Formats: sequence, structure tokens, C-alpha cells
Amino acid sequence: MFKIIEKKFLSENVARLVIEAPYIAKSRRAGHFIILRIDKNGERIPLTISDADVEKGTISLIVQRVGVSSHKLCAMNAGDFILDVVGPLGKATHIANVGTVLCAGGGVGVAPLFPIVQAMKLAGNRVITIIAARNKDLVILENEMAEYSDELIVMTDDGSKGTKGLVTQGMEEVILREKVNQAIVIGPAIMMKFAALTTKKYDIPTMASLNTIMVDGTGMCGACRVSVGGKTEFVCVDGPEFDAHKVNFDEMLSRLGAYKEKESENYDEYVKSYEATALN
Amino acid sequence: MEEELNEEYYKAERKTEWRDKLRKEIKAKERTDISRVRMPEADPNVRNKSNLEVNKGLTLEMALGESHRCLDCAVPTCIVGCPVGTNIPKFIKYLEAGDVLGAAEVLKENNSLPAICGRVCPQEIQCEAQCFYVKKLSKEGAAIGHLERFVADYAREHGPTTIPTLAEPNGIKMAVIGSGPAGLTVAGELAKFGYDVTVFEALHDLGGVLKYGIPEFRLPKSIVDYEINTIKNMGVKFITNFIVGKTATIDDLKEEGYVAFFIASGAGLPNFMNIPGENYSGIQSANEFLTRVNLMGGGNKNFDTPVHTGKNVVVVGGGNTAMDSVRTAKRMGAERAIIMYRRSMEEMPARAEEIKHAIEEGIEFINLASPIEYFADERGKVKKMRVQKMELGEPDASGRRRPVAVEGSEYDIDVDSVVIAVGVSPNPIVQQSMPELEITKWNTIKVDENMMTSILGLFAGGDIVRGGATVILAMGDGRKAATGMHTYVQADVFAKI
Repeated sequence: MFKIIEKKFLSENVARLVIEAPYIAKSRRAGHFIILRIDKNGERIPLTISDADVEKGTISLIVQRVGVSSHKLCAMNAGDFILDVVGPLGKATHIANVGTVLCAGGGVGVAPLFPIVQAMKLAGNRVITIIAARNKDLVILENEMAEYSDELIVMTDDGSKGTKGLVTQGMEEVILREKVNQAIVIGPAIMMKFAALTTKKYDIPTMASLNTIMVDGTGMCGACRVSVGGKTEFVCVDGPEFDAHKVNFDEMLSRLGAYKEKESENYDEYVKSYEATALN
Repeated sequence: MEEELNEEYYKAERKTEWRDKLRKEIKAKERTDISRVRMPEADPNVRNKSNLEVNKGLTLEMALGESHRCLDCAVPTCIVGCPVGTNIPKFIKYLEAGDVLGAAEVLKENNSLPAICGRVCPQEIQCEAQCFYVKKLSKEGAAIGHLERFVADYAREHGPTTIPTLAEPNGIKMAVIGSGPAGLTVAGELAKFGYDVTVFEALHDLGGVLKYGIPEFRLPKSIVDYEINTIKNMGVKFITNFIVGKTATIDDLKEEGYVAFFIASGAGLPNFMNIPGENYSGIQSANEFLTRVNLMGGGNKNFDTPVHTGKNVVVVGGGNTAMDSVRTAKRMGAERAIIMYRRSMEEMPARAEEIKHAIEEGIEFINLASPIEYFADERGKVKKMRVQKMELGEPDASGRRRPVAVEGSEYDIDVDSVVIAVGVSPNPIVQQSMPELEITKWNTIKVDENMMTSILGLFAGGDIVRGGATVILAMGDGRKAATGMHTYVQADVFAKI
């Protein structure tokens, strides 16, 4: 059982949970994730560790309400217990002083980007961060990112905050303006696909952190497999970070949709039963 | 086989008065005239729609009848066929004498999980293959597996809940990594020696492949839990959600006072065939499919985990995991549940009983065939597979005839779900966290004759050492490693006191 110490909504559908997990807090590095299961009938879902406090023995997770499990998680509060949390999983981000690093995060992908921005800055890089969201209400971790970035660019699709436009436009502006030695892109698969195409044009080494479907998270099931440079890799043990120019994002997108129908059925039922309980 | 037959010991045991008397009660000729007992089974057309255990188990009367067949041979070759050296004639003769609980005690001498082995061991190539009936009489061997299951089940249901005798606790901490058959065996054995044992499990549930892999209809989870509880009652501690090499390293655990380690992290990495289209959605490993159903409750509407299954399901492979997968798919409503295997029925590595059960349940077999490419619909979901026919050529390194592709024999099958069950590779996590650990070119961990790895005090066994093998071989490793660890600790730790 893992206790929730703190819970806060960062935007309407995105919450931060601080969870007691001392071993994981101590072992985790930037890029690592955990898998959790809320209760005995729950599914195992992967979530990136966005921050940790070794002294307090806690880790922070940022979760967006999209399906049954994330909805349940967002409905939990400080003092509640999550049945299972396991990690840290995956390979840690390779952190080195390379010069200038462009970090681009889209939507809730900003959360896993944060520990990388932090580590890249502490390693002595010049860090330029772009955080992009559909509108101003969906922008998260602005202050945290600002603290560890030499420059922070906020972009929204509708222009309600920062610069109006897509993340790729922001990236291109930076690339045209100054020498970028490495790029890191994290967000929805479709955003990473186009961000990777953008940096490829300028031959900038780019890494993407992939958020595929997983079950065990230890290499056992292969649900998370992706093609990278024509070779099948497991995101859970070989990743989650890969050379973005080699990832087959189209295949990843179709695999992400594998359970769409079943998930939305489950979700509709969940909402119905949730409403029924609320009405009683 | 693992253990040499200690003939003197078995001879002395066989000469005990009660066994002499029992042997003479029925003439050998009369014993050999009895035909082998048939395991009662659930109706194939009922069981293939439910999770009912297929084998219902023998009645006491049936078990006693079968016990008469065993000739209590002077040279009990059956024991040589058992990877853990179970004293087979002794337990069967206890049964014949009507002392079922005594028979259970005999089983427990060498095997902490007899109810499981009685269900999942490939007896027809182990103990039963070495039976006098098979070797000399060309008859069906004594039904050792069925009797083992009967005795273990009877003891569980009717006997007192006892635990083996334990040595005085010595306070020495031992860590076991993985709670599958190898890990459970080591934990039980080390507890008997008096050690303070903790088992670390990566998943949220205990039992490893016994839980996530083998389906309920073949091995009910309640039986696995019962055995785990016995080990808990022996004082063994279990920590779930703990991945050694990730959550904490072996060095971290050394700092916490653990002096010896047993790695039994299993062969958890599924193999794929690396053919075009294999990553389309709707194509999954057997591990994924079985884990979603067995461990996560996929397919049960009270559980949140979704599982993909279809009307036309092809399972690629011919082992036990392939049989488990195809029969699970059938139970989940597949109209066509097909095994596709590249050799013929004769070479199929699955247990004979599983193949028989699968045929009865309406599983189709496409043998001498292998997929070469998959095709998907516009959303990337698999809809068709291209198959190439095979023929058998010269024997390969395994002694089985090598399948050779027949050029120009390709044809297509409509599928909406494909499960790949072509073997597994060792889980890489522990090895990745310890670069100094010596591994083989197949990524299995190298061990010496005492199951110790290249690192002092670090032992390993089961599939992480063997690649994909069986429950009983993993348990044999566990027994050997426990003795190795005990010897190591006695020499090393006590020398320092």
C-alpha cells in the first residue's frame, strides 16, 4: 500500500500526486517511470516520475484524466492508498553537457520532461524549454520549468497564453536563431512525430520518450514494443527514450489505439456508474 | 537426469517389513493385468466455455486401484526420471497401504509443491517414461502424476495444516529474487535450515509463471496460494512490487544485512519472429495475452484491464504456452482457435495431455506451417496472415527434424487476433544492474555445480539459468541452490564469527 501525501489539480484534467515510496524516491533518475495499480480490480498503468524527494521518501506523479484508471486516480485524495506502485522502471535519461539543449513538451508530456530539464540544467547545459498546450488552462509546470530553463517559451494552439502556434513552430524559430546541439521531445505521439521531422531537417540529434501501452513494465509482455530503426524494441526495458528520428511513430499510433474501443466502453460504463452513485 | 540413483538407500527402504508384505499381497501378474486409470475430465464442450479445471482428479478408489499397478521395483528407475528425485515407489506404497497422509509426507521430503507438479509436470517424458511398464512391458506406465496430484490434494483437503520441521532460527538473512517455482522452492528449503528468508517479487501477486502464465483451468490459483501460504507459515517473508536491480540493487540489500542471494527472475522476455507486420495491433505475445487474462482479470467485466481476443485466433507455436493460449482464446469466445506449428504433431513439445485436451476442446491444428507476413486494415489492426508450408528435413541440434520452407506454398488466412508463443528469453533486469555478472551468449546467468554465479554468495536457478524450461526443473535447481547457499553461508559466515 502506498500512501498519497498530497494531491493538487494543475489544470482541469491534470493532477499531481505525491506518493510515499522511499525506495523508488532513492533509486529514481530522470527518465524513469513507475507502474501502479489503484485497487485489486485495477489495471497496471505506467506513469513517469516527474519529481522525487529522497529525504521525505516521496515521488511525484502527474496524471491526466483520459480513461477509467486515470479518472479514478484523479478522484483520490491525500490520505488515500494506492494498492501497488512499482519502479523505478526503464532506462534513465543519458545526461551530459552537450551545449545547448532544446526541450519541447506537449500537453501532459511536460510532466516527464521536467526531470530531464532539471538534470540537463544541473549538468551545465544551456536549456531552452518549450511547453505547449491547447489553451491556457492546460499549461502545467510553468514556474518549475522556468526555474531550470535559461529560456522558457509557452505556446498555445489558440493563443490564450504565450505565443500562438504549434510546438514545431516554436522549435523551428529557436533552431533558426541559434545552434542547438540536442533536442528532447515528449508529448502525444503525433506531436513527437512532427517534432522529430522538424529537427531531422536540421540534423539535430533528438530523443523522444515514448508512452506506449504496458502491462508488467519489466519486459515480460511486449505490449509496449515499437519499431526503432526497423528493429523491435521494448519501451519498458530498452526505453522509454529512443532516437526520435528512428522511431516508427505511425506504428506506435496504431498500437496505442489497440484498446480504444474497449477502453471507451469501459469508460462510458464507469461514468454511468459514477453518475449513478453521485445521484443517489 | 539431475540426481544419481542411490540404490543402497532405496533397497534398504524397499526391504522394510511392511513393503515386503504389501508386495506379496498381490501377484505381479495380477498387478500388470490392471489397466491404467483414466483421469475424469470435465466435458470438453462445457469446459471450453468456462474456467473449470479440466482434470477433476481421481477418487480414492481409483487412486488405490492405480497404486496396485506399481510393482515396487527393485531398481526404481522412475526416480531417475524425476528432476527432484521424488521417492515414487515409497509414496505409492504408502497410498496402497491406505496411509494417504503418509504418502503426502513422502512427497514433501523432496518436493515442496507436489499438488502443482502433479498437474503441470511432463510425466510422460520423465518419471512415467522410466517406468518398468513402459520400458519392459510396452504398456502404459503407472499414472505417477495423477497419483501425486491425488495424494497432495487429499492431504490439503483432509490432512492437518502442518509445516515441515524447521531448524532453530539462526537470524541470517537470505534474499530470494522472484516468487516462481524456483524461488518458492529455495525459500522453503532455506526456511527449513533456519534462515531468515525474504522473497522479492516484481509483480503485485506471488507465484510468477504459476500465476501469470498457467491458466486456471489447468492449475487453479487457490492451489498455488495454498502452497505459498504454507511457505509463509514457515516464516518466509514476501515483498511484492519490488524489482531487485531497479527498486534496490543487490548491493543495497547487502547493506540491509542479506548475506546470500538467489536469482530466479525467470525467462520473462517473449521472443517474436521478426517478420513483416508483426507489430500490427491485434498481434500479441502469449505472455501478454495470458498475463492480461490470468493475472489482471482481462475478459472479466469486474476488472479494468482490457484484453484483445477475436473470432479467428491463430496461436503460433507448439509448446505448453501455445496450448494454454489457444485454449484460453477458445474459452473467450473464438470461433476458430488455431495452433500453427512449424513441425508435425509428433515433434510438438507440449505435454501430451494438453494436446489431447486441446483437440477435444475443438482446437484446430495447422501443422508444418509458419507465418511469414501479416496484413492490417486501415487502422493498423491485423486482418490476414500469410502462411508458408513446411516440410521436415534433417535432424537439427535438438535431434528433432528441422522444418524446411516449401517454396511457392504460401497461402492466406483471415485472422483478427494472433498470439505469438515461440519461446522466451531470460529477463534482462538483474543482469543489466550487475555488469560484472557472467552471462552466456543466450543471456542466461552462468552458474557452477552448486548453482553459484560468478559472484560469491550470489546463486541463480530456474529459467534465468536454463532459458525456457519446466516448473520441475526450476524446482530441482531450487533444491540444489538451497544446499549450495547453506554450505556457502556455513563456511563463509560462521568462519567470521
